[in-house]
Amino acid sequence: MSAETPLPPTPDKHSAAGLSRRGLLGLAGAGVAGLGLGVGGDRAYIAAASAAAPSPATAVYPFYQEHQAGIVTPAQDRLHFAAFDVSAGTTRAGLIELLRDWTVAAAAMAAGRDIGDFGAVSGPYDAPPEDTGEALGLPASGLTITFGFGPSLFENADGVDRFGIRARRPEELTELPHFPGDMLEPARSGGDLCIQACADDPQVAVHAIRNLSRIAFGRAVIRWSQLGFGRTSSTSTSQATPRNLFGFKDGTSNIKAEEPDAADGHVWVRDGPAWLAGGSYLVARRIRMTIETWDRTILREQEAVFGRNKGEGAPLSGGTEFTTPDFALTGRADLPLIGAAAHVRLAHPSRNEGIRMLRRGYNFVDGTDALGRLDAGLFFISFQSNPEHYTAVQLNLARHDALNEYIRHVGSALFAVPPGTAHGSYVGSALFA
Amino acid sequence: MRARLLPLTAVSAFGLFALTGCVANAPADSAGASLTVDSSTDGCTVSAGEAPAGNLSFSITNSGDQVTEFYLLADDGLRIVGEAENIGPGLTRDLVVQLAEGQYVTACKPGMTGDGIGKAGFTVTASAQVVAVDEDLEAQIETANVNYASYVRDQVAQLVTGTDTFAAAYSAGDFDTARGVYASTRSHWERVETVAESFGDLDPQLDLREADLEDGQDWTGWHAIEKDLWPADAEAGFAAYPTEERQRLAGLLVQDTATLNEKVQTLSFTLSQQTNGAIGLLDEVATGKVTGEEEFWSHTDLWDFQANIDGAAVLYAGVRDILVDKDADLADSLDAEFAALQTLLDAQRVGDGFTLYTDLSAAEIKALADQVNALGEPLNQLTASLVL
Repeated sequence: MSAETPLPPTPDKHSAAGLSRRGLLGLAGAGVAGLGLGVGGDRAYIAAASAAAPSPATAVYPFYQEHQAGIVTPAQDRLHFAAFDVSAGTTRAGLIELLRDWTVAAAAMAAGRDIGDFGAVSGPYDAPPEDTGEALGLPASGLTITFGFGPSLFENADGVDRFGIRARRPEELTELPHFPGDMLEPARSGGDLCIQACADDPQVAVHAIRNLSRIAFGRAVIRWSQLGFGRTSSTSTSQATPRNLFGFKDGTSNIKAEEPDAADGHVWVRDGPAWLAGGSYLVARRIRMTIETWDRTILREQEAVFGRNKGEGAPLSGGTEFTTPDFALTGRADLPLIGAAAHVRLAHPSRNEGIRMLRRGYNFVDGTDALGRLDAGLFFISFQSNPEHYTAVQLNLARHDALNEYIRHVGSALFAVPPGTAHGSYVGSALFA
Repeated sequence: MRARLLPLTAVSAFGLFALTGCVANAPADSAGASLTVDSSTDGCTVSAGEAPAGNLSFSITNSGDQVTEFYLLADDGLRIVGEAENIGPGLTRDLVVQLAEGQYVTACKPGMTGDGIGKAGFTVTASAQVVAVDEDLEAQIETANVNYASYVRDQVAQLVTGTDTFAAAYSAGDFDTARGVYASTRSHWERVETVAESFGDLDPQLDLREADLEDGQDWTGWHAIEKDLWPADAEAGFAAYPTEERQRLAGLLVQDTATLNEKVQTLSFTLSQQTNGAIGLLDEVATGKVTGEEEFWSHTDLWDFQANIDGAAVLYAGVRDILVDKDADLADSLDAEFAALQTLLDAQRVGDGFTLYTDLSAAEIKALADQVNALGEPLNQLTASLVL
């Protein structure tokens, strides 16, 4: 597909109504479901009418596309990511109904609208509002909502095929292996389903997860979630490479939206089951940084660990940020300027059989831990056509990367991301066809 | 532990030579002159030919197409006063030095071979800031090096003796004896951990934690045996090792420790390796010991904690006389923070050992962690204060 560009806000008449009775039960009274009044508070429309000039905040990415939005979409500034477990007792039909409800609500929110028939403030006075309302008056803010299916959806830990889809699980969709140094916390790992909500306004991203989790009550519950406050990747050549919490630019050779061939080859699934064609695999890793130790590390070592200079992000072999690193170039004592254990060397596609991933990570700071240290790091998200690509690169990093001294992986999850959704259908429908 | 890779490798190519007549870590209230240097294919242009004594910052841009170096030499044109090496094409690196009044020479070395090009005189004029020049510095540094190398050999020799006892008891099934000498023997390792870690495969073979393994990797060394000796916290279904496995692990432990002993016989340390070694040991405390991750089954983390601090204190003591001349305030601060940390550790002494990590209260762990940070901040200034 071609690079996405922000579209002017257009009301989407397909997406406002259409929540199932069940979905609406959690939102408004059953008695008024299906009245189909349509647009409950068109926030995007209001914002666009009052805005003098388009800004990133007014970007609108359509939900119904060939591929799900939120992958090659230029990375927004904020993230709210949630992994869900399907509740006991939910049937195959119940799961499908949930996905239908999520689809309708996601499309409405992506368009900058409240969810439901009445939205946040226009409904029956004696019913709870359908939409939680904290995004009232805010534009769509480039919101994208991306859904994924975890391995346990196909077969849970007890070996049960709850939804009759075990046979359709791709071989690659399995738990990631234990990597050297992994200190994974079960409460931050795994999940039957995931939702990645990205937006340029944190309140809009949080609004999305909050309403989608509300819709799911009784059918699925949040297993873990993660807020990200600053993107660490650029997925478009129009974006500057941001810095991670170590203060470095990393991942400058990320796949960009302007490289559709690279996305075709490295991001979208081509050789998998038909239901996943045009989809991808999402790897999520919560990478804790030992910030305090890093901050007192001498600059010489900081730059040697990354293999880049801190100021510009140029490889230590010279040039500027986007100069290809010269791993053979040696300096004093014939040692390479970019050391054998430098992160840029070990992560570079040329050292990983050409493997490239589309990275879409975010910085996080979740307060402090019991020892008073910042609970901070990188919430790593990557999209790839095969999760084995991630495994190969991560194994190489986990074994040798000098950065390991300053990080630890504490959360891990893998999800199959189905392709985009057609109008009138629901996300992942081909899996249940 | 996972290896801290850089101090003994990437940082090994400099150290001794860059000292006489210059000091980094200039006090913040004495910002000095800033100069730029253009190191091109055939030139070495400094933005000014003179500057006042005190802190000087040279911002060196490599506009050529080869890796370059910049040198600030004494007036004999030979003795190195300051240098910035390994500057890739197109990159800019800053060199911060403290210079006394006198005549110097600047030069660049594109391609990093030959005598250097663009040699030019550089005059440092008198100023209100007095910079002392210590002529005895190189002798002091050499003494520190010799003493530390000797300390490392002594600790590893004691490690060999302790390991032999431990391994013999373990493979003979005398687990009480093995448990009794486990922590005290490992202290010798932990005191020189940053040195031991610098030998490629030896560190993972001897000190890998279970979480550091990859699927299918053979697990050997201290922690593999630790789990077998303290199985109480092991996962459900953990089976004690068969006798042959115990003998194999014990044999490898003895063999790898003997190899380590051979390797440390000829070691020599630059000043930066010593200061960065102290920093590395404290980082080990901050990331592994204060969190109770290192001794996951024996919970003897405080023994390792004390040993890491012992090693860092020895490294600091070796360079303290040099530091007192250059930055007495930093020396005072380090003396106080080391003492405060030792007071906290002494409060946990039980017999000739320590409280088990699992018996520490959350407040006690927090106090230790806070003091590690309090010591870490000044300690990490040490390299810049002593070495350029």
